Amino acid sequence: MEPSAVPLASASLAAVEDDAALTRLHPNYAWALRVRLLFSLVPLVIGALVIEAMLGRVVEAKPELAFLALVPPGVLSGTVMLVSLVLLIVVPQRRYNTRGYHMSADRLRVVRGVLWHSDTVVPFGRVQHIDLHQDPVERFFGIATLTLHTAGNHNASVHLPGLGADLARELREDIRSHIKRESL
Amino acid sequence: MSAPLRTAPLSIWAAALGSIQNAIIPALAIAFSGIGGSERYALAIGVGLAAVVIGTLSSYLRWHRFTYLVGEADIRVESGIFNRQARSVPYERIQDVSLAEPLLARLFGLVAVKFETGAGGGEDLSLSYVTTAEAERLRQLVRERREESAHDAAPLTPGSTAAPAPTPAPVAEPAGDVLFTMGPRRLATFGLFEFSLAVFAVLGGLLQYVDTATGIDVWNVDRWYGWLKQQGSMVATLGPYAQALGIIAGLVGLGIIGLTTGVARTVMREWGFVLERTARGFRRRRGLFTRTDVVMPAHRVQALMISTGPVRYRFGWHGLSFVSLAQDKETTSHTVAPFARMDEIAPIVAAAGFRLPDAATDWHRASPAYRNDRIIGAAAILAVIAAVLAIFAPFGWFLIPIGAALVAIAINLYEWEFRRRHAIDERQVYAMHGLLAPHSQIGKRVKLHSVEIAQGPWARARGYATLHFGLAGGEMAIHGLPLERARALRRAVLETICATDFAHI
Repeated sequence: MEPSAVPLASASLAAVEDDAALTRLHPNYAWALRVRLLFSLVPLVIGALVIEAMLGRVVEAKPELAFLALVPPGVLSGTVMLVSLVLLIVVPQRRYNTRGYHMSADRLRVVRGVLWHSDTVVPFGRVQHIDLHQDPVERFFGIATLTLHTAGNHNASVHLPGLGADLARELREDIRSHIKRESL
Repeated sequence: MSAPLRTAPLSIWAAALGSIQNAIIPALAIAFSGIGGSERYALAIGVGLAAVVIGTLSSYLRWHRFTYLVGEADIRVESGIFNRQARSVPYERIQDVSLAEPLLARLFGLVAVKFETGAGGGEDLSLSYVTTAEAERLRQLVRERREESAHDAAPLTPGSTAAPAPTPAPVAEPAGDVLFTMGPRRLATFGLFEFSLAVFAVLGGLLQYVDTATGIDVWNVDRWYGWLKQQGSMVATLGPYAQALGIIAGLVGLGIIGLTTGVARTVMREWGFVLERTARGFRRRRGLFTRTDVVMPAHRVQALMISTGPVRYRFGWHGLSFVSLAQDKETTSHTVAPFARMDEIAPIVAAAGFRLPDAATDWHRASPAYRNDRIIGAAAILAVIAAVLAIFAPFGWFLIPIGAALVAIAINLYEWEFRRRHAIDERQVYAMHGLLAPHSQIGKRVKLHSVEIAQGPWARARGYATLHFGLAGGEMAIHGLPLERARALRRAVLETICATDFAHI
């Protein structure tokens, strides 16, 4: 049952699509991810520090909780900071490594996901409109997010973050010119 | 035609009557609640009158400030008493024009016209209400304008085989070929399969309302318990046979209520169901109290769904619906044959330019690894429960989850073997799943918008994937494909998609 009898696609196309080497994103994208992760980790670290500071007072007020004082100062906040540091080093890099894209003459392929892997192809002939987006972090690192919108409910918008700002504009023009040519 | 028009003046009264409906319940609530002592009836009448006056006045103002203009390229509506709004919808963007006649409007000979654009969140253009003649005129006009712009813009491509030759001189709603109807007998049969205990939910809601409106504490458990004990002691004196009889009678009563509700709801919704193939598309009319009349252009049909229920499937009944940008009120698709035999569905499918799978269709199963993982997953959870029960519960209890695990394994094997399958041919993609009742989807390759291969951590380790298709107005996915097969399908579909631009589908 497995080998398919239906004419699926020519072999040359097959080689183009799935085996084509993915283009890696701008190296600054890993740093942008790192900064964003930092923003979300800072409250955790502050929280740990505050809890530690309050621990001493709790023990003073309620002697029956004296066992809490056995925890040496700095263990909690130190652990949180260490874990945060490891996360900051490892997670953005892994995320960056798994991301990539490939643009051919008539389609864009976007690959992403460390655990939940996703590999999406959008043909230019189905693009409804194109967005180019830069948030403050992205602007600082000189990168941009390209978003292709399609009419499908699933993958209504396909995001490709971490492109160099100039490259993103170029890609947008490429895709746009392709849409125009096709429709005329 | 170029001057702004108002909706029918009678719609003021239709709207005002609607507001009276809304005023009745608060007025009754006041009358029975005891607010205001002995003068509460006067108060209730006063509140009711005020609601009527305000309702009438505001519906007059709304009518007065609502104008529509049928232009060369679009329909424009200006509305709002204080906050003015102007909305314009170009003819090419109108997916279909549907007419709805709620009971109240029907008494006045009025129709609500809705121009569906496929915009999300119910942001469509609707005129409520206009006269029946005006509604027909608008619908005809939109169709003509849209055809004009369609002829200017897009030549038909080989991909869109469904589009028929447009009739050059359209008459008022040409009578098409009737594709499917449901008579009273069919409706009654349909209703029996729509068994519903929703009436109890409604009763519960009413009780809640009585609770807040009258102060009788219906949720007071003690009161009911006392009542039950009283009844129970009476029942207990009757002996076990009478008790069993009582239970059976109760179940039969429940069944009768459920069936009656099902039949009543079905008849109200589907009364006079007619599906026609007209020159431009499909026209569906149905409804007992609220009649709706929807026209769906054939070339806007994105995919088909054939679904059924576990019981009706055993009797050979299926339902067919179209996936399209414009959607029915509550479901994500247009039902075109809610309850039919497969040989009645086949001509509708053909008329929409699709093809049902046949003996030549090359079905493929999901990956065996996917099946095994699902079995292991289901069995593992139940095994944990069995272990816990074996330790903490009386002897023998752990056999229940073990039995359930066996059932789960059998179910998964069965589904993999017979139900979960997919196929592809030159023009279409087929996906089927469902355990007790098969659900099939048929999508046209050219009408898909993107293709994604998705894999969770488990799926990656085991070499299978889910294939998601971008489908306008719906979802289509094939689960548990071997990765190589998923890639092959994606290549094939992309080849078709890339050959045709969106503007031409």
